[in-house]
Amino acid sequence: MTRFIDLTLNGISTGAVYAAVALALVLIWRATRIVNFAQGGMLMVTTFIASSVIGSSGSYWLGFVVALASGLVLGALVELTLIRRVEGGPPLNAVIVALGLLILLEAGAGMIWGNTPKSFPPAFSIRGYEVGGTRLLFSPNDTFTVLVVIAVAAGLAALFRYTALGLKMRAAALAPEVARMLGVRVGRMFTLGWALAAFVGSLAGLLVAPSVFVGPNQFDPILVFGFTAAVLGGLDSPPGAVVGGLILGLVLSYVSGYEGSSLVTLAALVVLVAVLMIRPGGLFSTSKERRV
Amino acid sequence: MTAATLQVESLTTDYGPVRAVDGVTLAVEEGSVTAVLGANGAGKTSLLRTISGLERASAGHALLGGEELLGLGVEDIVRRGVAHVPEGRGVIGELTTEENLRLGGLWQGAAAAPLSEMYTLFPPLQERRAQQASSLSGGERQMLSIGRALMARPRVLLLDEPSLGLAPIVVAQIMKLIRSLAAERGLAVLLVEQNARSALSIADRGVVLNLGSVVAADDARALVADESLRHAYLGF
Repeated sequence: MTRFIDLTLNGISTGAVYAAVALALVLIWRATRIVNFAQGGMLMVTTFIASSVIGSSGSYWLGFVVALASGLVLGALVELTLIRRVEGGPPLNAVIVALGLLILLEAGAGMIWGNTPKSFPPAFSIRGYEVGGTRLLFSPNDTFTVLVVIAVAAGLAALFRYTALGLKMRAAALAPEVARMLGVRVGRMFTLGWALAAFVGSLAGLLVAPSVFVGPNQFDPILVFGFTAAVLGGLDSPPGAVVGGLILGLVLSYVSGYEGSSLVTLAALVVLVAVLMIRPGGLFSTSKERRV
Repeated sequence: MTAATLQVESLTTDYGPVRAVDGVTLAVEEGSVTAVLGANGAGKTSLLRTISGLERASAGHALLGGEELLGLGVEDIVRRGVAHVPEGRGVIGELTTEENLRLGGLWQGAAAAPLSEMYTLFPPLQERRAQQASSLSGGERQMLSIGRALMARPRVLLLDEPSLGLAPIVVAQIMKLIRSLAAERGLAVLLVEQNARSALSIADRGVVLNLGSVVAADDARALVADESLRHAYLGF
């Protein structure tokens, strides 16, 4: 029973990270109908930046803030310089550009920071809470992870639902031409969508880095899990991304705990294939038909 | 005679080798309705899309109060006071009625029309304010689309086939509404229609397009009276 509780708690905290990556992918999909395969590379770069800032300043929180800010800037920059050229074109062009960017970022990071994975400090203690003499597989840092992801998801939901900016972003994503005819600066909304997505992605990088370390290729599996979570929840749905992330986190935690950690990636792919076969729109899909 | 609110001069639009709009000249006065008529493919929609900046003109001018619109971006032409209600109505089905309305006035900020004004103008929309726009009827969508454009308090209203797919009684209501909007708000309305009979019943002037060019331009009543023109181009 303790084992089950441990695995559940662990699943929730890793699921929160997958949810953040999934949110980043969903934000970009909603805004520009592009699956951002470079997301893993982008959050890797911002986490490296955090690592450098923490190393030279000694302050975790300074690194944290700088990483989030550089996420915003990197997202906007990528949209303005690369993605703008392939928006509205054949989907495959955007996929190739994103993959190209991923390779570029990984190679560049290797040249700047080296290819050997480095450790990365957690925000809070990673010693599990002690309850009745047993130590749980859930630490203050896990609490922080879950809370911060919930806060970001709630903040995004409020932005889209209750603000004028959110309404403009939704309109730009749903019907770009109509939005322009109503005076919405659609290009700016797309840039903002990418910036927000990269911001959430950089958060995910900071949260997961203590357990996977920082290296050019260390975040590749996270992208696969995040993508699976996004598809599971429905690529169009931010709440779906969060729920999908948590479900995937739990499933993978149970698989890892009861069957062995070598099966985790396989299990994620099984979930992905199963969703695509049984409910291709995802759990939270609203539209019947979807371009893939 | 004062300069017309919207003045289009020798406007030409090409889609690759195809000339969709060919040297069209027309004017719309404040508080009046000008109907643009013609068969499918006559260039009516292309004309509106060029004025609102969605298509690039190859030649000519579109002047609002004497100032050139061509070359400005779509978002900036809206800000000059030109509202374009597209064919098929352009209602965003995933948003609620109220969200669609609010969207129309966002760039105006505090200067936008209050929602209550639109609900007075279109009472059915108030009942459906919280519903997804995809659940509205065709007539309600047309009201929503026009109301959304009015939120920004435009000077010029470009209407593309507002009668499309609507029952005759609803068409009559919409046409009456367009007439009163022009009269009461001093709007310059450019009304594109295939339904020439209804459009001419409320228009001050009519312009008939064929293959992108103006083949007739006159007072609406004179066009209705011209039997050979009606048979050749207007189909009634």
